[in-house]
Amino acid sequence: MAKDPVCGMDVKEGEAAGTSIYRGKTYYFCAPGCKKKFDEHPEVYIKSDESEIEEDEEGESSAEESSEAETQKFQEQRLERIDLPIVGMSCASCASTIQRGLSGLKGVSKANVNFATSKATVLFEPQLVKPEDFISSVKKSGYEVGTASLEIPIQGMECASCVQAIEKALQRTNGVVRASVNLATGKAKVVYLPSETSFAELKKSIESTGYKVLEVSSKEEVEDVERIIREKEYKKLKIKFLVGAVLGLIIFLGSTRQWFPWVPALLSDYFVLWAIATPVQFWIGWQFYRGAWGSFKHRNADMNTLIAVGTSAAYLYSVAATLVPSFFEKGGIRPEVYFDTSALIIVLILLGKLLEARAKGQTSEAIKKLMGLQAKTARVIRNGKEQDIPVEEVLVGDFVLVRPGEKIPVDGVVEEGKSAVDESMITGESIPVKKEPGDEVIGVTINKTGSFKFKATKVGKDTALAQIIKLVQDAQGSKAPIQRLADVISGYFVPIVISIALATFVIWFNFGPSPVLTFALLNFVAVMIVACPCALGLATPTAVMVGTGKGAEKGILIKGGESLEMAHKLNTIVFDKTGTLTKGEPEVTDIITANSSSEEEVLKFTASAEKASEHPLGEAIIKRANERRLVLDEPKDFKAIEGQGIEATVDGKSVLVGNLKLMNERKIDVGDLKRQAEELAGEGKTPIYVSLNGKISGLIAVADTLKENSIQAVKRLKNLGLKVVMLTGDNQKTAEAIARKAGIDRVLSEVLPEDKVHEIKRLQSKGMKVAMVGDGINDAPALAQADVGIAIGSGTDVAMEASDITLIKGDLNGVVSAIGLSKKTIRVIKQNLFWAFFYNTLGIPIAAGVLYPVFGVLLNPIFASAAMAFSSVSVVSNSLRLRRAKL
Amino acid sequence: MLSRLIVTLSGMLLVVLVNWYFFFSKRRSTSAQIRQTGIQEVKIMVKGGYDPDVIVVKKGIPVRLNFYRDETADCSDTIVFGDFNVRKPLPAFQTTSVEFTPEKEGEYVFTCGMGMLRGKLIVR
Repeated sequence: MAKDPVCGMDVKEGEAAGTSIYRGKTYYFCAPGCKKKFDEHPEVYIKSDESEIEEDEEGESSAEESSEAETQKFQEQRLERIDLPIVGMSCASCASTIQRGLSGLKGVSKANVNFATSKATVLFEPQLVKPEDFISSVKKSGYEVGTASLEIPIQGMECASCVQAIEKALQRTNGVVRASVNLATGKAKVVYLPSETSFAELKKSIESTGYKVLEVSSKEEVEDVERIIREKEYKKLKIKFLVGAVLGLIIFLGSTRQWFPWVPALLSDYFVLWAIATPVQFWIGWQFYRGAWGSFKHRNADMNTLIAVGTSAAYLYSVAATLVPSFFEKGGIRPEVYFDTSALIIVLILLGKLLEARAKGQTSEAIKKLMGLQAKTARVIRNGKEQDIPVEEVLVGDFVLVRPGEKIPVDGVVEEGKSAVDESMITGESIPVKKEPGDEVIGVTINKTGSFKFKATKVGKDTALAQIIKLVQDAQGSKAPIQRLADVISGYFVPIVISIALATFVIWFNFGPSPVLTFALLNFVAVMIVACPCALGLATPTAVMVGTGKGAEKGILIKGGESLEMAHKLNTIVFDKTGTLTKGEPEVTDIITANSSSEEEVLKFTASAEKASEHPLGEAIIKRANERRLVLDEPKDFKAIEGQGIEATVDGKSVLVGNLKLMNERKIDVGDLKRQAEELAGEGKTPIYVSLNGKISGLIAVADTLKENSIQAVKRLKNLGLKVVMLTGDNQKTAEAIARKAGIDRVLSEVLPEDKVHEIKRLQSKGMKVAMVGDGINDAPALAQADVGIAIGSGTDVAMEASDITLIKGDLNGVVSAIGLSKKTIRVIKQNLFWAFFYNTLGIPIAAGVLYPVFGVLLNPIFASAAMAFSSVSVVSNSLRLRRAKL
Repeated sequence: MLSRLIVTLSGMLLVVLVNWYFFFSKRRSTSAQIRQTGIQEVKIMVKGGYDPDVIVVKKGIPVRLNFYRDETADCSDTIVFGDFNVRKPLPAFQTTSVEFTPEKEGEYVFTCGMGMLRGKLIVR
């Protein structure tokens, strides 16, 4: 094994990409690029090689000679120090766990974990242990190290050896945890500690190896490059089309001089026509030849094949008729030319392609818009200082500042400050949402009114936006079952069309009217040109792309073509109750007073007493008191009475809050309130008695209430002809009370969470196509069992595995919109497929001339090309209609 | 009469030839190389088709297919692996990687956005 002197890679002598002899020694190279570099300046590589060895030897000998103190100093110099940001530490004992783990690693001389700064400082010998080991050690202790990752595009990498050189350089850089370079994509992927290094330093170390770093291109910028190429291409096509249109018109006029006598006779000369038609055929139509040849080599056939063969047939026939008319005359045929046919076909199809390219670009607009939303920088607080950093370097746990009008860079939870946030780009909700400490904020949404500070909880590929983009991309890549037939057909389409065209030629030649050759040729060309495989291939994917993109804009994420197709067949919608139909958290619904106490008094004393309790019903009462801006007192002598209620002293009064049992035990006469309490219970509410100083003073009812739009959504679903069912673990009475309010007449109550799946199965066994709507947390199995699982999301949790459709916003009207969208999309797909099949099955036989014997109708190849161009454009345009669909 | 016979026979011959060439002729297949990283990689040139267009990979090992699109013709601007829910744009003159792990043996077709250009992934 030899070593490549340029990059240092091991090369087998027999497999070397090149060799060079320098100063009598043979050197082997892994790639021609390395050999070229070596041959230009061999002294650079050989010299540096030798001097390196010398240096090493010097280092060793000096170490031997030095005194002990110096050795220690030397060793200390060899120690490296690294600061690791730790995520997820909640107590000081976590710090010691991590510290123990780190100190136990071989090669670690000292480890110190500081709970307050959330940092681990490690002194280590880089020869024995690597930063990567620290990270796995921290992970083993149950915590995470805050790392960031970056993809850096590198220019000029030619061989595998470059990869190694760059990887080594990066790994030597302080703060880099992992670096891997991919030759194929031309990118280095670096996992690093943002507290230790920065993009600028990474760039420096890559460039030290002699390669150039392209400006960090986010996805967006790659898209931009693509867009520029596309636009250039589009412009070129446009110029070609315009030139072709002028030339085509001249040829057309020259070929039909009998209709336009004012056209100069020169133009109808065959040689002149030939001269004008040739650039159209081979310059403007070159892309068809290139495409046809490319796929022919791969034993594929596509639209280009049909156009290239079809137009060439017309063109070559005309050339023959121009050059050797005598040959045709001998056979009793008038030598005619069809330069107008070949040229106009090319021009018309080019026009079709232009329109199609423009329309196709629009089908993926929704996802491009989503990708473009990403914020570029974030203002974080590190070491007590505000600093602007690239969004890729934001870590989980970072505190991020957002001012009015700014984009929120990543997902997180508000810590300080209040504001309203425009979340329309993610949820489709147009009204800004109020944010207070404790509320979730979603990355890329826009802060409207106030400044606030939030703690980052999800960054990079975990953010809601990244998840949404991934979901939509997956959906757009998936196939709808409805497409299967079209897929099978398009695989065989072109060769079969060529076969039909050949058969057409033979039949017209043998049995057709005279001149047989003319008819045979024109009909052959017409069949080739009229066939439109594109319409078939574009029918479903374009509609799925536009449909899922439209959904994403409205906060409806559809998993794929299959879900889309299933959703339009649904006839039953099952709603989970808690958290889906209802808000999922109890709220005060009624306050009834007795013994001349006021509502405010009852609420104030109860809420004050409940301040010491942690019961969810108590929280609901405190919330209502806060809403009414009541000033609460601190409770004294608080006591919780298991299963009955609480008691406390507030502002000198003894307060008793609880159920009837508690009141009875304390011998408190509840009087008429008992009847009212029973009534409230009948409505599915929980009544709570309140007594002050031993006298009953009121009743507070608490219940989980319906979401504002549940009633409307249920009504709209019923109007669509769907059966609506409610599924809940509540007792029948409560369940029915809620269902009545929501307008649902079928209730499945007292269903244990694990039995939800069976209820869905039961409905399905009755032949129903069932959608289950739930929050996706405890009803995941039921969502998966249903024909379509619809998960209602909240905030940043968009990655819901079990569901087919995810609604980002909690609004149930999303269910109606999702079903409406799927119906509309499937309708468009059906229209497209019908059109594509209808068009081809009708167009090909007509072009072949089946109508000729009876009606004398033939399809002129020029009209065939116009029909074909129109056909694929119409399919894409039909799909684009979905963008304007009302949901 | 003779000309009719010639046309008929050559027409039939062409039909047979076209169908043989596109459907039945044998294709060259390429096996993926397993790299040190534990990923099996193949570089595929995209120009009017896929080269190689029959790729053999092993089951259960992550696959990375590096598509280099060497043209701007828009037929090949998207790569679709329907069975793996992959639909990716292939920017012109760039390498785009498609990664997934095949878990089941079988033959999977990959196509361009419109299903005209095709290749086959054989999982063994």
